Amino acid sequence: MPELVTRVTVEEVPCATGDPITVLRFSGDITSASQPAVMGTYEGLPETARRILLDFSKVEYLNSSGIALVIQMMIAASKKGQKIHSFGLSPHFKKVFTMVGITKYTTLHEDEASACAAFD
Amino acid sequence: MSIKATGFSDKTAGSGRVSSSSIELRLPSRLGYEKVAMNTAASVARLMGFSEERVDDLKTAVAEACINAMEHGNKLDESLIVGVVLSMDANSLEVKVTDNGDGPQSKTDAPNIDKKMHGEEDARGMGMFLIQALVDEAEWVSSPPAGSYARMVIHLSNPHV
Repeated sequence: MPELVTRVTVEEVPCATGDPITVLRFSGDITSASQPAVMGTYEGLPETARRILLDFSKVEYLNSSGIALVIQMMIAASKKGQKIHSFGLSPHFKKVFTMVGITKYTTLHEDEASACAAFD
Repeated sequence: MSIKATGFSDKTAGSGRVSSSSIELRLPSRLGYEKVAMNTAASVARLMGFSEERVDDLKTAVAEACINAMEHGNKLDESLIVGVVLSMDANSLEVKVTDNGDGPQSKTDAPNIDKKMHGEEDARGMGMFLIQALVDEAEWVSSPPAGSYARMVIHLSNPHV
């Protein structure tokens, strides 16, 4: 049973409150095998990207190694002064993200509209 | 990979017979196959009447235990088997995950996100913490050279918070 490929698409959406938002839309599995997809995509973002939105709504399987990749991305974003918001997590993974403390560094939103509105 | 199931009625409770049964899986130490155990455990938990919230808790715990067994116990040697035994009774589901290793090297302490963010703690290493946090009972038993196991239990009568 191979792991499902991690797909990440990048989209730029306008934002009423300022600079556009760069949305990373994840689908498939996010596991230890997802390093190139997750970090490779993040590192390929233009330097001008200041507001980043993570869309987990199409993720089918996420484990602790995948969560560690999200943390790595947040570490890199923090160093660059980028702001990260997230949406699309199931109630279970909202609980898990809260348990491990990620919510200290990204806010988890119900949907894309509320996440976009949260960028100041 | 193989699957073995046994079912029998072994004791009588006050209100009638209580059935016990078990399912055994033998998985190669190959990442991705933890999903076989995860989905089997979820199916059994649903049949037993656990809520979807508890099923999700169990899925994550079982997946993390299998990943630990594959990566740390069996060093991703695909010729080594990770055993998964699901044992059910009227009120609880026990999942035991076995490997050939010496027991867990990591710990169940809550991850320190600030240390992780500042590079003072590995971004990984959250599996055992999650297992402990998501099930009602969790233990790790090291018994070399026979191998080691993680044991997890969820109880129907104990809604997890």
